[in-house]
Amino acid sequence: MKVAVIDYGMGNVFNVERALQAIGCQVVITKDPAAIESADAILLPGVGAFPQAMQSLEVTGLIPLLKRMAKEKPFLGICLGMQLLFESSTEGMPTEGLGLIKGTVERMHAKRLPHVGWNSILRDEDVYFVHSYKAVTSDALIVASAEYMGEQVPAIVQSGHVTGMQFHPEKSGKFGLSLLQEWKEAVEREITTGH
Amino acid sequence: MLKRRIIPCLDVKEGRVVKGIEFVQLRDIGDPVEIAKYYDDSGADELVFLDITASTERRQTMLDVVSAVARKVFIPLTVGGGIRSLEDISSLLKAGADKVSLNTLAVESPNLIREAADRFGSQCIVVAIDVKFEEGDYYVYTYGGKERTNRLAVDWAKEVTELGAGELLVTSMNQDGKQNGYDLGILRRLREVVDIPIIASGGAGNAEHVVEALETVDAALLASILHDRKTTVEEVKHVCSEHNLPMRFVMTTPD
Repeated sequence: MKVAVIDYGMGNVFNVERALQAIGCQVVITKDPAAIESADAILLPGVGAFPQAMQSLEVTGLIPLLKRMAKEKPFLGICLGMQLLFESSTEGMPTEGLGLIKGTVERMHAKRLPHVGWNSILRDEDVYFVHSYKAVTSDALIVASAEYMGEQVPAIVQSGHVTGMQFHPEKSGKFGLSLLQEWKEAVEREITTGH
Repeated sequence: MLKRRIIPCLDVKEGRVVKGIEFVQLRDIGDPVEIAKYYDDSGADELVFLDITASTERRQTMLDVVSAVARKVFIPLTVGGGIRSLEDISSLLKAGADKVSLNTLAVESPNLIREAADRFGSQCIVVAIDVKFEEGDYYVYTYGGKERTNRLAVDWAKEVTELGAGELLVTSMNQDGKQNGYDLGILRRLREVVDIPIIASGGAGNAEHVVEALETVDAALLASILHDRKTTVEEVKHVCSEHNLPMRFVMTTPD
């Protein structure tokens, strides 16, 4: 299975690549439209601020292609890459996102930010978070949440082909790798069934 | 709930892991990848690698170590020691480090903290503060504890936080290598003045010492007591957990 990791200059893509390779994916780090179209799945990484990230994505000219791909293929956003999937963010100046998932991104209320470190999701397994903004979306799209200083934080969101992980699965030990593995298996099922 | 973190610290010299006792004596401990895997398996939440080689070939050797570890171990990796520029940071992040720890460079060019935070994000900038209590206050030291500066630890911690540091790694030189407990005085003072995560370092002799530190700060750095197998990450976490500190335990999901 070939994953196109979108290269738009925001954050470290190499650890995502290493984790995908560790679970047996073929990885191409790219901004080449042909490479993206020929991949089985798309991964949007990202670390940093939302407005700069959208600006960098715009510079690549890939936004229309990414929007189309999200309708056709499995599409995973990680950390800031997950936040970009939403309609807009209030980080810095209010900015439009990719709009692949209904909802917005807003600053967390917790007294101590960023929310950094291991926090539990799903069956009490811990994953590694680093962020100060969170998704605000309908409960129906939230697969898993974490709790930080009394605040609920969407950790995994899903809408159609599009999945978002607020934490870093590539840095969340064996459990993080198992989540990527589950995503990979879902992609492979799609490839076999042809849609 | 957010967990307190246990972070084994590996001193790396010429591609091997060693441990400095009070920053001076060294003895060989072993292969970085093997040791990193061992600590990952036993529940380490992160790993810190400190490059303590003073040779010019050091940079490439350290990049090779980081890259080898990052292919096998999928928890956050921090690298410190001898970082001199934004380019050094960039190479380490590309090699697989998630964070870098700045110490002497930060003190000598504080603006680099801001530049590094702007370019790579605060989440990957750890500022290491070596402190020594003398003449009634905590002073910041540089060059691996060799040089005293006129900066007070509390002021420096506030300043680096404003410059964009993501975390503080606080080593007490009075306590380092002595195994009779962390310096709780400085940890409590820093906890009052900064909101970013604080990692305690220097002085752990047993799990109870870790409990004391983690009642105040977010994470504890451990070296000798782990490398000597006096205790394990799991054991430390169980003791912390008995004291109601939230810890992450690695679960093995049956296939």
